[in-house]
Amino acid sequence: MSMTYTTRDVGGVTIVDLSGKITLGEGGVTLREEVRKLLGEGKKKIVLNLADVNYIDSSGLGELVSAYTAVKNGGGELKLLNLTSKVRDLLVITKLVTVFDVKDNEAAAVSSFA
Amino acid sequence: MTLESELSSVDPVEAKAEGLAREAGFDEDTSSQIAMVVREAVINAILHGNKKDPAKQVQVSYELNAEALRIKIADEGPGLDPDSVPDPLAPENILRSSGRGIFLMKAIMDEVHFHQLNPGTEIEMIKYRVKKELSA
Repeated sequence: MSMTYTTRDVGGVTIVDLSGKITLGEGGVTLREEVRKLLGEGKKKIVLNLADVNYIDSSGLGELVSAYTAVKNGGGELKLLNLTSKVRDLLVITKLVTVFDVKDNEAAAVSSFA
Repeated sequence: MTLESELSSVDPVEAKAEGLAREAGFDEDTSSQIAMVVREAVINAILHGNKKDPAKQVQVSYELNAEALRIKIADEGPGLDPDSVPDPLAPENILRSSGRGIFLMKAIMDEVHFHQLNPGTEIEMIKYRVKKELSA
């Protein structure tokens, strides 16, 4: 199954609810395009909700990093919400957990933006 | 198993690896990780080794015995020096969008060996069914 997503606005923060796989040629490019679109619309407070992402590979990790960098370079902030154990394990192994601001609670994620 | 150098070859190999990992007795998360790094190795072989050249193939073999699950993936590319791959944990590399595949293989499997072929590279990955006792 490839990745699907929906976006919603909560208190001025854009939450992207992702579902499925973020892998080479499946979810990765889609995620990159969506983040660029949001930045183009001036939406700079972005939360990627990964609760339903059950699979990610190194390309998918790269896409998360690209999204993080693009938002940061655009003057915004990107945070991660609700990591599954599989995704969390890979973020820990690759030390990317030290790069991302990771939240386990949506309300806390929204209120954490300045 | 012989694969064509195209990305549609990847999913069946990954599924086979996950099935063997479960058969070996690894739990669901570990089996998923083993399958994921096999996927990484096959993608590397197709994209970076064979460079999607339809004249080149990828060979995959599996061995499950009482001791371990052993998977070998060989390409026909120009060869790979694993020591030349930058450390993805280094501060200057942590924000790179690629370069984590081999690191993940080493992190998740118990042993990863690179054998230079003529031409090509074979990656041998081993996961022990029972952890080896550390020698005193």
